[in-house]
Amino acid sequence: MRVSFRINGDPVAVEVEPRLHLADCLRDVLSLTGTHLGCEHGACGACTVIVDGTAVRACLMLTVQAEGTSVVTVEGLSSDDALSPLQTAFRKHHALQCGFCTPGMLTTAHALLTEEPDADADRIRSALSGNLCRCTGYIPIVEAVLEARAAYRKADKP
Amino acid sequence: MKPAPFDYQAPGTLREAIDLLASNPEACVIAGGQSLMPVLAFRLATPSLLVDLRRLPGLGNIDLRDDGFRLGALVRWRDIEDDQRLASAHPLLRAAIAHVAHYQIRNRGTVGGSLAHADPAAELPGVAVTCEGEIILFGPTGSRTVRAGDFFTGPLSTIRQPDEIVTELRLPKWPGGRRWAFRKYARREGDFALAGILLFYDEDREGVLINPHVGVIGACRLAHRLTGVETLLDGRAIDDGLIRRVAAMAAEEVDPPDDLHADAAYRRGLVATLVERSLRAAAQQGSAACG
Repeated sequence: MRVSFRINGDPVAVEVEPRLHLADCLRDVLSLTGTHLGCEHGACGACTVIVDGTAVRACLMLTVQAEGTSVVTVEGLSSDDALSPLQTAFRKHHALQCGFCTPGMLTTAHALLTEEPDADADRIRSALSGNLCRCTGYIPIVEAVLEARAAYRKADKP
Repeated sequence: MKPAPFDYQAPGTLREAIDLLASNPEACVIAGGQSLMPVLAFRLATPSLLVDLRRLPGLGNIDLRDDGFRLGALVRWRDIEDDQRLASAHPLLRAAIAHVAHYQIRNRGTVGGSLAHADPAAELPGVAVTCEGEIILFGPTGSRTVRAGDFFTGPLSTIRQPDEIVTELRLPKWPGGRRWAFRKYARREGDFALAGILLFYDEDREGVLINPHVGVIGACRLAHRLTGVETLLDGRAIDDGLIRRVAAMAAEEVDPPDDLHADAAYRRGLVATLVERSLRAAAQQGSAACG
């Protein structure tokens, strides 16, 4: 089936089988391999992308369901030559080690802070509770997201 | 972990959707897909056709009426969380829904999907059954209304026919001042409940309980009310002795599953503890937030 949507701001049209979930479409059809696939059944959060402004699991959404939507992946969070304030905070706080979960952490935190720039540590932990990290113990991730809030308060789009 | 092949349609009217289901016996309905997608990934279901409800108009509304609430099948968890009216209009619903899965899943999971999927540990079926809700099904011969207590028949099983679609959940009006509590235990935030208790009651001026409703999720084959517990509570005032007797009865009244997540005896113990905590929370905090 032919499916049209926007990916990181640009219109795109793909020809896919109905059973292809959005994460496989992003990785295998559009070569956007920043989106990682861990469990493929909605348990790990690594594949989180932002669809029409809300964080969703790309393995729990069919590509055909993305028709007409606007999808943002981790590649869309910053330009090639500079990290976003959220990414900078992750780097500063050592909020990643192996990096596998990081795209999902970044997209989830970005969606959260865009809507709720004053989210407190409890709210951040709750929103990130569906994202598994086996390296960091989560504390540096929460610290990074807390620090990045300032940038989201200053502007709608940091 | 890839679904078996299927065809896909996203019809624009309810009638077209029903026609597709009626003419394709192996078809499956998809809305948010947050329960169905894992089922497809594990190939526990291999439908010939997915009928997507996403283009159907009029199923995404939360209507607050004089006689109660109407939640359209395509209302998402986050719509319920974001609807400030519900904080006073149905605090039990709002508190229970805040416990559904994770942030990303709450952005796509729907009322209709949860009811049709009928997981015994899911929050919304518990709310529907405990509050004596009604579920509207639309099929080839029109719509029918089913009491939530009759809708669920077992784990992942309902009386819905393959050519019917859940279109709406209706909940009775929630009077001001009603006391309530929701308590759930899961090993990790967002996980399915090993046990959960939903509870509400009204009281007269002497603090005597009127119309107590107590429902269980997780520690059961399907969400159901604890009628023995309700009878024990009805017409009495809450005190420590009553709470202990009620908690003990709740543990006897449930028939929990025995699986690798928790054995039946542990779940019985959880039910007793959660009933006790729910009653204390409802008695102490009344209609304030005590989810």
